[in-house]
Order: sequence, then C-alpha cells, then structure tokens
Amino acid sequence: MSASLEKVTQTLKEVIDAPIASYFESCVHCGLCAEACLFYTETGDPKYTPIHKVEPLRRVYEQEYTLLGRLKKMVGLSRPITDEELDQWQELVYDSCTLCGRCSLICPVGNDITYMIRKFREGMAVSGHVPDGIRGATQRTVEIGGPMGLKWPAVANVLKKAEESTGLTIPVDQAGADYLVLLSSMEIVNYPEYIEALAKIFHKAGISFTLASDAFEATNAGIQIGASDIARVIVSRIVDAAERLKVKYVLSPECGHAYTAIRWEGPNLIGRPYQFEVVHVLEFLDGLRQKGALKMKDKFAEPLILHDPCQIVRRGGVLQAPEALIREVAENYIPVADQQKWNWCCGGGGGASAIHTDEAEALRAKAFGVKKRQIEAAGVKTMVTFCANCRIVMEEAIDHYEMDTKLLGLTELLAEHLED
Amino acid sequence: MNELQFLTWVRGPGLDLAVGLFLLGMAWRLFEIYSLGRKQDLAAPRHAAGASGLHTVFRRSMPPPGMLKRSPVSYLGGYIFHIGLVVVVFGFAPHILLIRNLTGLSWPGLPSQFVDLAAVVTMAAMVVVLVDRINKPVKRFLSTFEDWFTWMVTFLPVLTGWMAVQHLLLPYTTMLALHILSVEVLLVVLPFTKLLHVFTLFGSRWFNGKANAHKGVPV
Repeated sequence: MSASLEKVTQTLKEVIDAPIASYFESCVHCGLCAEACLFYTETGDPKYTPIHKVEPLRRVYEQEYTLLGRLKKMVGLSRPITDEELDQWQELVYDSCTLCGRCSLICPVGNDITYMIRKFREGMAVSGHVPDGIRGATQRTVEIGGPMGLKWPAVANVLKKAEESTGLTIPVDQAGADYLVLLSSMEIVNYPEYIEALAKIFHKAGISFTLASDAFEATNAGIQIGASDIARVIVSRIVDAAERLKVKYVLSPECGHAYTAIRWEGPNLIGRPYQFEVVHVLEFLDGLRQKGALKMKDKFAEPLILHDPCQIVRRGGVLQAPEALIREVAENYIPVADQQKWNWCCGGGGGASAIHTDEAEALRAKAFGVKKRQIEAAGVKTMVTFCANCRIVMEEAIDHYEMDTKLLGLTELLAEHLED
Repeated sequence: MNELQFLTWVRGPGLDLAVGLFLLGMAWRLFEIYSLGRKQDLAAPRHAAGASGLHTVFRRSMPPPGMLKRSPVSYLGGYIFHIGLVVVVFGFAPHILLIRNLTGLSWPGLPSQFVDLAAVVTMAAMVVVLVDRINKPVKRFLSTFEDWFTWMVTFLPVLTGWMAVQHLLLPYTTMLALHILSVEVLLVVLPFTKLLHVFTLFGSRWFNGKANAHKGVPV
C-alpha cells in the first residue's frame, strides 16, 4: 500500500462512526436516492446515484470494522481501495455532489448520505484527490484570507465606497458592538450593494454593528474540500475576532456554505461552544419584520419565484424566514412545487462551482435543467435567492441557455424597497 | 435420512442452531455498528416542531412528496411485500404456535384463507420488485450478488410455506421440512447481509432525524 493510500484508509477509519456504519448496513440498494439527486435526474446516468458516490468508503468500513469483512481481508478475498479508484471517484464526490442534502431527506431507510459524502471527502482531501479549482480556493483562503484572494485593503475600499453612496459610517474593529458582520468574497466583489443594504438596515433599526479587519471572510473552503485542519484555521479567525470584540452576535451573510461553516460546523471544529450567537442575515431581518421594524415603502411588482439555497434552508434550518420576507416585499410571489427543504440545488454548491474543467462546467449546465423547468413552469422573468454562490452559478447557466431571467438577492431587494 | 428424520432435524437441532446463530450474529453485528459511537454536536441547537429522531423514524415510512409518482413500483411493491411478510409471518396460526413454544408470547391468528392470499400477493409483489431491479438502470447498476441472494433467501420461505400448505409438488412432510430449513437459512444469513436493515433502519432514521433536528430541520 502506498503512503498516500495508507493515509486515506487511516482518515476514513477515523471518520467512520456509528451513524455511518448504521447507514451502510441499512442500505438495500433501492436506488431511490438517485431520484433525489439533480445530477442523476438531469443526466439519467446511474453512476450519479448518491449512495454509489461513497462506495470506496463502504469498502473501508466493511474491511476494517465488520467481522466478515475482516475475515475476507485476511484470506485475500476483499478488494482494497486504490489510487486509481479514488481518482475516478473525485468526479463523483466533488463535481457531481453539491452536498445539497436532498438524498438525505428521501432515503427510505433514513440514511444521511450527504453526511457520508462530507466525511468521505476528508479522506479524499488528505490524499490529494481533490479538483484543482477547490484546492486553489482553499489555499487562497488560508494564505490570503478569502477564496478569491481578496485582501483587507480591497475590502476597506469597497466599504469606503459604500459609505460614500449611503452617507452612513461603517464601523470597523469596534469593540462592544452588538453584531459582527461577516461577508463573503463574492459579495464584496460582485454585489457590494449587499453591504450598503445592511448598513442602511442597521442604522434604521438602531442596532450597533462592526466589521473586523482580520475576519471579514465568512466562507470556508476547508469545509468544502473536506480538510478539517484548514477549516479550523479559517473558522478560528472569526471566533477570535468575535470574542476579542465582545460582540453578542455574529451575522452570517446570505452565502450558504459560509452559514453552515460558521453556524453548524464551527463549534465542532474548535471543540467548544461559542461565547456568541450566530445569526443568519435573513433570520435577523425576519426578526425585525416580526417586531414591525422592517417597513416597506412599496413592493416589487413583477411575478417572481424563490430559490432556496440548500445550505441555508435544508441543511441550515432557516426554514420560515425567506418566504415570510419575500411575501413582505413581492406583490406577485409564486411558490414553486419543491420549495423550502424540498428545493432543488442550483448545481454548484459544496465547492462544485470552483471546479472549472470543461466536464464539470458542462455537467453543471445540465444539472440546471431542473431550475430551468421551475422558472419556465412559473412563467416568471425574475428569481430571487439569498446565496451569492447560487446566484453566480445560476447566472452562468442562464447565460448558457440564453434565458431571459433576472436574478435578485433577497437582502438587496428588501433594502431597495425599505421605507426611507 | 428419510423425510421424517429430516423434519425432526430441522425442527429440533437445526432450529436451535439457526436461532442460536441468529441471536449471536445479531448481538455481534449490533455491537459492531453501534459501539463505534459518535461525536457530540457542540453547535447551539435550534428547536423546531416535528424535528427529532423519533419523528423521522415514523415519518420515513411515508413516501416524501412527489416520490410515489417518480418511483411507484419501489414504493407500492415495497409496501405490499413488507406488509405481506408481516401478515404471513406473524398472522399464520401455526407460526404463532411456534413463537409461543419458543417465547411464551401469543396472539390471535388470521383466517388461513386470508394468510394464503397474503402469501400469493407477497410473492407476486416480490417478483415485481425483482423485475424492477433487473429493468431499472439505477437498481441494476447498484445490484450485487448479495441483492439477488437476499431476494432468494427471503422468497423461498414464502414459496415453500405456501406450497406446503397447498400440498403442491412434494409430500407435505418434505415440503414443510424444506420450508423450515429455508427459514433457518434466512435467520443465519440475516445479520450478515442487507437484510439487517430490518433492525438498523430504526437506528439510521433516528441518527439522521436527530442530526437534522439539531439544526431545526424536520427530515
């Protein structure tokens, strides 16, 4: 066995726990998880069946942890995992899995397949079986601060522009503020309006907030790649800043993976609960709405549908706030058939959107078919979402299909229609 | 060994052996799986109505929205043969008698004509899901020797039991002995194959339900 394979086996042995063992033992090969996965439904290729994506992990489980498997291994009847095989599985674990979590809701025996894939990625990551795009994004986050290679001076510049256009101050490194606001690089670069919108809302509600110059990036490529040590470094940056500034809350941006990383994975990565609460920006806004502090001057008139980002809604638990908020601001909101926790993924979550090979891009475009049908069935020209990554992925697909669909961010949309 | 000796063996030492292996196997497998433990979730939980391990144990018995239409044979065939097996195994009077002899537990049996019908329907449904496994690309792709083997091991007890009752093909004594033998094979095989899902699915649903309930998502 090569040194890297030994490392994979060791890592996989470590990640296998009672749930994973129970899931493997329960699988009856019914294949229903395929029907939940957009990479299968849009391609019809059985290799995209979610449970098949963790087949090497299953073999490690069988060979290392079961009586029969160990016996088979002893007499040379079992097939050990190989480097070539893991190479082949890279496409299944990264390109064609967005960790969207839909299969985990469908499996009749109750298997949380997404959890298994997330754990399998840890073994893939230690052995270097990771797409270059994701590897690059992770490296940049660790070395520079963000997946897009954005440094603080550039962020400060964006903040300055936001201050100029809103006429409001945006505090930085201010100890004792209520909220520490996190951003995702994609928002800073592509949707600076988000920052302006937030500044307006905070000022109007009279709640104090701050940004931290050493912890502005909320996304965590370490989690996407499946490397816990890197994920820990990235999340610690935020925890240190929040506890140093003694904030009560950390405000997660719209971005889906950022939210999962800081809200759900963070405490487990650092090995202790936080001394602050993590709030998603939509929960924050819905809280204001419920208190009557989020008044609209007018409503968005054109018919629209909502795209629920997987990591915020199905995997993140922000279930009710998005629809309540969209109803507040949209005149003609049309609910889609599979909404809220049943939503279909944009096709580029879980790090997939960072993979820029021709095959991965073609697959993403194909996987968008399900969203395309939703848009066409509703007959709308506007889709609202609340994840910068979903938005970019879907904008690329909309361009690809030359569709006449406009994408809007929910927070910005609210800000635009907010009472002055 | 004549047919009577065969019957005596499967009813006596054979049954003891099979039940013993089944119990030992089950204890070993469940220990093997659940002793692996799991880490505590340190993130502050979010509470939501209908989200818990127990909710998911029950909820997963129903098809999720839209799924019945997407895969009707899996769901309908699956329901019919699972319910059919329960009816045949636990509703047939001679089975209840055997269980009473082994454990002391007893309950009223179902009319034998009804159990007969249930056996036929169960076999028909099992054949349909087998054909579906052969026909559907995903199911065929996932299938290994174990899938065909466990199907056979589950089907044979129903078939031989029904044939014994109907006095088909072989003398009753021989068919009954074959029936008991096929059940013994099923018992021995169950802990070491996917048939174990009969027990582990409760654990799986509970783990999944609990992990997601922690985030406030009823799954």
